[in-house]
Amino acid sequence: MGGMQQSAIFAVDWLVVLPVVVALATSALLVVGQNARDLQWGGALLGVLAIVVVDAMLLWRVVELGPVAMTMGNWLPPFGISFTVDIVGAAFALVAAVVTLLLLVYIRHDIPEHAREQGAYPLILLLLSGVSGAFLTGDLFNLYVWFEVMLISSFGLMALGGRDIQLDATVKYGFLNFLATAFFLLALGLLYGLVGTLNMADIAGVAATADPVALAGIGALLLLAFGMKAAAFPVNAWLPASYHAPPPAISALLAGLLTKVGVYALLRSLAMLMPGARDMLDPVIAVVAIGTLVVGPLGAIAETNLRRALGFLLIGGIGATMAGLALGNLGGLAGSVSYTLHAMLTITALYMLAGLIEAMTGATDTRQMGGLYGAASLPSVLFFGLMLAVAGVPPFLGFWPKLLLIDGGFARWGFGADPWALALWLAVLVNALLSLIAGARLWAHIFWRTGHEGAPAESPTADLLPLSPQARRLGLAPTVVLAAIVLALGLFPELLLGFAREGAEGLLDPARYVAATGLAEAAP
Amino acid sequence: MMDHALALLAGLFIAVAIYLLLSRSLIRMLLGLVLLGNGINLMILAGGRLSRIVPPIVLGDAVAPAADAANPLPQALILTAIVIGFAMFSFLLVLSWRAYHRLDADNTDHMRVAEPPGRPDPPMSY
Repeated sequence: MGGMQQSAIFAVDWLVVLPVVVALATSALLVVGQNARDLQWGGALLGVLAIVVVDAMLLWRVVELGPVAMTMGNWLPPFGISFTVDIVGAAFALVAAVVTLLLLVYIRHDIPEHAREQGAYPLILLLLSGVSGAFLTGDLFNLYVWFEVMLISSFGLMALGGRDIQLDATVKYGFLNFLATAFFLLALGLLYGLVGTLNMADIAGVAATADPVALAGIGALLLLAFGMKAAAFPVNAWLPASYHAPPPAISALLAGLLTKVGVYALLRSLAMLMPGARDMLDPVIAVVAIGTLVVGPLGAIAETNLRRALGFLLIGGIGATMAGLALGNLGGLAGSVSYTLHAMLTITALYMLAGLIEAMTGATDTRQMGGLYGAASLPSVLFFGLMLAVAGVPPFLGFWPKLLLIDGGFARWGFGADPWALALWLAVLVNALLSLIAGARLWAHIFWRTGHEGAPAESPTADLLPLSPQARRLGLAPTVVLAAIVLALGLFPELLLGFAREGAEGLLDPARYVAATGLAEAAP
Repeated sequence: MMDHALALLAGLFIAVAIYLLLSRSLIRMLLGLVLLGNGINLMILAGGRLSRIVPPIVLGDAVAPAADAANPLPQALILTAIVIGFAMFSFLLVLSWRAYHRLDADNTDHMRVAEPPGRPDPPMSY
């Protein structure tokens, strides 16, 4: 019996690291096969497809049997580096892989051949390995390494093609994000000095006995570092300065995945590893969340560049996830987790649509867009639906996480004397309203009005370009698929919300997570 | 005693790094990032506690290093951080150099291609 259990665990062990292994191996193979240009796209597609399958199996396994762990090189935790996967990590990794798969289809029509030959595919796979590694690892220093893997590949992707605007954007993105990871490393060093371990499951056990004030200081540093990564107010300025510069497919990929890793790291470190520090930082996180919730959609209302406006809406969504962290109860954390999953899908779909809109209008500024409703009815319907999803209008996907947040906020406030809970509760509602205004304005300007500013009155839509057959097949089709996933998950939210609730329970009580690494006996 | 000296040195490094990072010149910011990385590395070394030199090597029939052996883990962490930091620094240096040539600016205030200044107000319709 013991032997069977051992071998069963062995097979599962491989599942834990396989997403990262496949991503790294595919990336390396694509670099080696740089000259086989016809095979690059197919190889990348095949690799990501395999990662989707492995992630789905891993998620299924975690749902069935609880968190799983693997520690490298047969070193006993906490000495070896552990990969520990719970439902939050597995679900995030799966959604990230699905988004990447659809973007790989999309990128074919979006990026000119010569830019793709500079290594777009290996970099995308490398980015996915960094993102998957960050979601699956159970060691804080290893998380730092995956952050850097993700960072260096996103630098490459953002500068790919090397237009002036991209260089400018990459400088700002690069310096500020490198600074954020340096702060993360600083917090890691202090944490190691304080508790003497960097294994997450181990920290979860010993954090309660550490000096709470010192731990809160480390928590504040982590909040700054991950808040910068997540583009939370007031350290959000790098995002609208950079995400609109690369080609739409690349900005969709970065917008869909990168900030969410920051959110994940915040949830993991503050909510699960050091809840005491989170409690002490509660007002700070609340202020950050409220600021992000309000600043994001206000920026989107004032902005005329389409993808910059979407970037501000993305920041508003980060505010919603921060609000869940600030609430810190079951409803709040479940709202945070499900909102992050929703944002990965919805924001990516919006950026993909933005690329199609830019192709049809030949402009990046909404002032030069207009009258697309008659010319392209399908994108206009998709954009409208996705905007409602971002704002959180039922029955679209964004509604359910916000409902959880509202519910969690009310559970904590309960007509009592907790002003922060009330403020967060109100801010989530204000964010929904402002996002709706921003989305409706964008839709009205791009699609509904007769033509762009200064368009000739007799033929206002004469200069619109129809989508090429290739753009329809490779650009519109994956966007429709992603929008369909958003719609389906919105109509049947039980699955996603079930994952989110179970994940939030795991964050609040990491006993099963710790037991998976073997650092404590599982509760009977 | 040594711990305190190292902590002070790390603090000095980080203070100078922050001063340099507040500059608008890309090269100064880069130097600031390098100093910040080194300050953090020193701090990790101090975080692992310094001790008299007993190498963490398991000799003979022993199964664990001597109780007063040095802590090897911070050195592994620092080594990783140095490698990563150097890669990032190289990339950012090349990027800054290219940006300097193409945009004719090493002052971040003058790098406004991605965010052009003085744009008109957003449309008031709708």
